Amino acid sequence: MTEQRTPLVEMKNISISFGGIHAVDNASVDLYPGEVVALLGHNGAGKSTLIKILSGAYRRDAGEILINGEPAEINNPRDAKKYGIETIYQTLAVADNVDAAANLYLGRELRTPWGTLDDVAMEAKAREVMGRLNPNFQRFKEPVKALSGGQRQSVAIARAILFNARILIMDEPTAALGPQETAQVGELIKQLKREGIGIFLISHDIHDVFDLADRVSVMKNGQVVGHARTEDVTKDEVLGMIIMGKVPPKAIPGPGAMQMA
Amino acid sequence: MADTTDTAHFNRARNAAESPVKRFFRATEIDTRLLGMVGAMLIIWIGFDFLSNGLFLTPRNLWNLSVQTASIAVMATGMVLVIVTRNIDLSVGSILGFVGMIMGVLQAELLPQLLGFNHPATWIITLLAGLALGAAIGALHGMIIAFLNVPSFIVTLGGLLVWRGATWFVTSGRTVAPMDATFRLMGGGTEGSIGATASWIVGLIACLAIVVSILNARKQRKRFGFPRRPVWAEYLLSAVGCLLVLGAVTIANSYPWPTNIARRYAEANGIAWPEGGLFIAHGIAIPVLIAIVIGIVMTFISTRLRFGRYVFAIGGNPEAAELAGIKTRWVTVRIFALMGMLCAVAAAISTARLNAATNAQGELDELYTIAAAVIGGTSLAGGMGTIAGAMLGALVMQSLQSGMVLLGIDSPLQRIVVGVVLVTAVWLDTVYRARAK
Ligand SMILES: Nc1ncnc2c1ncn2[C@@H]1O[C@H](COP(=O)(O)OP(=O)(O)O)[C@@H](O)[C@H]1O
Ligand SMILES: [Mg+2]
Repeated sequence: MTEQRTPLVEMKNISISFGGIHAVDNASVDLYPGEVVALLGHNGAGKSTLIKILSGAYRRDAGEILINGEPAEINNPRDAKKYGIETIYQTLAVADNVDAAANLYLGRELRTPWGTLDDVAMEAKAREVMGRLNPNFQRFKEPVKALSGGQRQSVAIARAILFNARILIMDEPTAALGPQETAQVGELIKQLKREGIGIFLISHDIHDVFDLADRVSVMKNGQVVGHARTEDVTKDEVLGMIIMGKVPPKAIPGPGAMQMA
Repeated sequence: MADTTDTAHFNRARNAAESPVKRFFRATEIDTRLLGMVGAMLIIWIGFDFLSNGLFLTPRNLWNLSVQTASIAVMATGMVLVIVTRNIDLSVGSILGFVGMIMGVLQAELLPQLLGFNHPATWIITLLAGLALGAAIGALHGMIIAFLNVPSFIVTLGGLLVWRGATWFVTSGRTVAPMDATFRLMGGGTEGSIGATASWIVGLIACLAIVVSILNARKQRKRFGFPRRPVWAEYLLSAVGCLLVLGAVTIANSYPWPTNIARRYAEANGIAWPEGGLFIAHGIAIPVLIAIVIGIVMTFISTRLRFGRYVFAIGGNPEAAELAGIKTRWVTVRIFALMGMLCAVAAAISTARLNAATNAQGELDELYTIAAAVIGGTSLAGGMGTIAGAMLGALVMQSLQSGMVLLGIDSPLQRIVVGVVLVTAVWLDTVYRARAK
């Protein structure tokens, strides 16, 4: 049914290598508006590298990126943001020594008519957004370094949703969170999905994935094993894709699928 | 609303558990580290005063101290930004020497040929040329660091040798003197001070600025309903700030012109020479005024402008800054260009003060500048540092040196003491930071 519409994002035949390592090898994934696509795979499968190409952190060696069906020039993080792509990195990538508001607006600061930083306005907005994400958060004046893992995570998430993203990339967003905060992030994902935002979700929690994702794309050794709609496959079948690269009947195999003799 | 009262309760509960000292520092938001440095400096001052039988804490010595600190203090403000981004600049002394020599030749030899002797525009043309040259040299260093990925330590180590060598080539090692009469005012001295009345005016403007900025900050926070400092803390901060300013002006205004210069002045202006001598106050020295203005401008740049925000963000986590879309390489180029310009200002101050441009001008200044920034709390691990701290660091270093000169301590021993103090200060800072966590 979704195949009628133009995908929000199409990454086609993407490859990148570091030295001799093919971190991502001829991988293709796509994403539709209002859809959550989970990227799965072992550590080192190439998930983070693939999405970093979309977010402008890495430059691909080969392949093509289409946004709304049109070729997109993404050479750095600024380009990606222009296409409405916001990213929560696995490493969080927050500036440790400035406060939450400064982090939220890093690279896109609000300024007064005189060109100086409008710190109060930024703090006001930060209090508003953080209040929605994490009502207990009070430490607006402290450098982010002083915050707990969960609090830093909420800063990273707040930054990604602050600028009306159309495409959201979340690389293991709940890795540092407790059960309650994880549930909050789950709610947030559902809400953003309702708003029509497309989300790439990288997660190790197969239950979360089945709860939140419409489709899964599984990677192994830099290659895509296959894609499947979550309603068409079981958790065990997805685990089989992750571990052995074995593609179940209702999934679409990719270049990395285990070759059946 | 329930929310705000909850927070208020929470704050009150937390405050009640605190000791009065902690509560005081939380309320006033005073940087305890900076306060510690001021304390250390006062101890040094009182110690030297005691050892020198009251020669240290005199208006004359303090005034001289302020003038001697100016050039290093100016460069230290730039070094903060350099070190905050995990770089270093070892070339500042050599840039000072080279730019100083070019400015010397320009005002003493080239411009007089073009414009005639003592032309009123000589000083400004010289200064602007110096600033442009300093910025160009700094930008060159910055580009090699940012775009060719050569570590700043190496690039500026090269710069240290290259520009010192280049200084020699400008005049084949010859000293250039004298400097233009107006240009010389930047060096201080009897002429290069603004006198009592102007000093009071500057002092009053500074007090006004302190009060206005405190009021303004309060108004801004009120507008958005953020927590504010208690009113007594605001009064206290304003009062302490104004007292410090007016105290400094009083000291500068208590240092009279030397008798012979005052007598010459009296004769030239037809003033009868009074019985007890004529008391004409120096007031604030122009180089000190320059350094203060630079300190304010640099503080503004580092805390109020986007550029400054990027500098600190890059220092804290270069990768995150890059991923946030900051053009980190260009920020690096701009930091070094700014550093080069500040070297030019320091060059103007020191050539003006010496009334000559020499081959050795600024030698070892890189070390004193780095030491000032580091003693002033700039972390070599990046991401932390303040302009005010670095300037205070420069003052501490100069206090040590002047004090030792006053006590007749030989220069080899002076160096040993400065070296030991540097290491000790950084060690104490490490301990302080570890405990503050
Ligand atoms: N910047 C880099 N330099 C060198 N190798 C890298 C770099 N980034 C990723 N890799 C390599 O690429 C492979 C894929 O890594 P990654 O994308 O982080 O995997 P995942 O996110 O799926 O755990 C790994 O072998 C990793 O070592
Ligand atoms: Mg990863």
